[in-house]
Amino acid sequence: MGMKLLLEKAHVEGIRHFEAYRREGGYRSVEKALKEMSPEAIVEEVKKSGLRGRGGAGFPAGMKWSFIAKPEGVPRHLVCNADESEPGTFKDRYLMEFLPHLLLEGLIVSSYALGSHATYIYIRGEYAWIATILETAIAEAKANGMLGNNILGSGFDCEIYVHRGAGAYICGEETALIESLEGKRGNPRIKPPFPAIQGVWMRPTVVNNVETLAAVVPIINMGGEEYAKIGVGKSTGTKLISACGNINKPGVYEIDMTISVEEFIYSDEYCGGIANGKRLKACIPGGSSVPILPANLLLKTAKGETRFMNYESLSDGGFASGSMMGSGGFIVLDEDQCIVKNTYTLARFYRHESCGQCSPCREGTGWMEKILWRLENGEGKETDIDLLWDIQRRIEGNTICPLGDAAAWPVAAAIRHFRDEFEWHVREPQEAKRRNYGLAHYADPIHVPVAG
Amino acid sequence: MHKLLNEQSIPAREYDMVKFSENDLAKVQEIVAHYPDGKQKSALLPVLHLAQDTFGGWLSSETMDYVASLLQIEPIEVYEVATFYSMYHLKPVGKYVFEVCQTGPCMLRGCDDIIQYITQTLGIRAGETTADGLFTLKTVECLGACGYAPMMQLGKYYREHLTKEKVDAIIAECRKTAAEQN
Ligand SMILES: Cc1cc2nc3c(=O)[nH]c(=O)nc-3n(C[C@H](O)[C@H](O)[C@H](O)COP(=O)(O)O)c2cc1C
Ligand code: SF4
Ligand code: FES
Repeated sequence: MGMKLLLEKAHVEGIRHFEAYRREGGYRSVEKALKEMSPEAIVEEVKKSGLRGRGGAGFPAGMKWSFIAKPEGVPRHLVCNADESEPGTFKDRYLMEFLPHLLLEGLIVSSYALGSHATYIYIRGEYAWIATILETAIAEAKANGMLGNNILGSGFDCEIYVHRGAGAYICGEETALIESLEGKRGNPRIKPPFPAIQGVWMRPTVVNNVETLAAVVPIINMGGEEYAKIGVGKSTGTKLISACGNINKPGVYEIDMTISVEEFIYSDEYCGGIANGKRLKACIPGGSSVPILPANLLLKTAKGETRFMNYESLSDGGFASGSMMGSGGFIVLDEDQCIVKNTYTLARFYRHESCGQCSPCREGTGWMEKILWRLENGEGKETDIDLLWDIQRRIEGNTICPLGDAAAWPVAAAIRHFRDEFEWHVREPQEAKRRNYGLAHYADPIHVPVAG
Repeated sequence: MHKLLNEQSIPAREYDMVKFSENDLAKVQEIVAHYPDGKQKSALLPVLHLAQDTFGGWLSSETMDYVASLLQIEPIEVYEVATFYSMYHLKPVGKYVFEVCQTGPCMLRGCDDIIQYITQTLGIRAGETTADGLFTLKTVECLGACGYAPMMQLGKYYREHLTKEKVDAIIAECRKTAAEQN
């Protein structure tokens, strides 16, 4: 069994409610932090822990916290990013659904560290029932003196509010989220100024992912140094992975970042192998935005070394032969899946979600969707593949926010690794409508186990 | 004269309808209190949710104007927002809206078949509403349930691990609830 710091108690009877959560040792970190530690000391512990943001970019959380401006007389805010809309990602939902008090506990400690007296959970609008679960938990925490004025006699006041979005992936981007929290369209802001200086209502703001803030609880309980001993290199602690696609056991898993990708896919403790006895074709290991990898490059790096489920190893080889940890949305494709079709659905997603402010993103995502539709439906031309490549290249790096890159990368990686499958769609359109391309040579260089 | 006639031809009910109850107005106040003084515009998204749930499942221009007046902002500020977010309906929808996810991970688990099955069973395509006004079919993008695919959102909740049998059962359940309410 891997080590569990977050989900260990997820299935304890009644854990969704304060009483059971507290009985199981919950809110200890709030006691410790508010009674024994200064806000600066908490930031120090989080720095020592090496905790990296779990929302996708992997930026060190402690460092981000230390950037927050503290102008005299201006309130500061912590905002929890629970927008979770990156295809393949459903880990925050799991954490909030089963352990709402764990998130609140992390939020209270983090709010104290940052000096936020009004903290917001921005949750995607579709998670309506989870917003209710959180609101119930907030009322319980308040009734038990963990929220409100003078928490545990420490003199620290804090309220937590749930703010529901209304269906927009872009609102997961932190400045769009801030705009949305202000009651506006989710158009990302040009940075600088960064949210740490001017965020919501022009006040200094820190935006962190749900899992990042929940991880503050074990960090305070065990100390940053102990936390940093778990994992490997700059991948400290545990990581939630939401696994989906053609596997036997889709779901949310907490992993210690020392396990190999192969173990994660084939072990019964995790994904339990490829569904229906099929073979692994490809995988998008960190949410739809990160590069797709064919089976051979997924299980082993280009150097032939075992690939592990951590930040460094997943990105080994850069975009030429690696991918990214991203948000931990692990999407597995079996031998019968069509790369062109999969890429098309993702392109459609990004076109739908582009806010439209920058022309390369607005126009480019539309073009990519159209061309991929053409290829998928047997109406593509040989030149379309190069055209696609060209369009994605023109989006990347030329936009206000990273959604443009996020839309470009999946297309680039699909062409980079599966160009022959795209060409086959052009050459044999009738055949491509009838059947899928299959594994082809992707699994050849190394042995790919057959599920069993 | 002409104008007067026109006004009379609009059923008075429509105006009456767009008004929160005392209870809902208290909810609005409570939401507004979550944000700093003078930042009541921040309450717009949650208040629009409440308005959509209260006034027939969609946002008419009367509803949006009403929300603007409650929050003391310009109507255009409400329109801008209502048109941006996919959860706000700007046209009437059926009593039950099937929002089926069609993004990659759901596609890998067969959402296309589910969408096609609903289309056949209800005789409507994505974006359409059945003639009896009961069902609307919508295709949507990833709802954060990829591991439980194929799936759809129905009202406040998700229906996951969909099969044709489950779709049949959901349709029957909706018909039954609707009949009981009539
Ligand atoms: C288009 C886009 C969507 C994003 N969606 C999310 C999201 O749903 N949840 C999230 O935590 N971060 C998301 N992010 C990352 C946030 O901008 C931000 O980096 C993150 O919330 C910071 O928290 P962390 O440092 O704890 O990871 C998104 C970024 C982009 C560009
Ligand atoms: S890159 Fe796309 S989503 Fe981001 S600001 Fe520009 S148009 Fe909007
Ligand atoms: S792709 Fe359908 S819920 Fe994520």
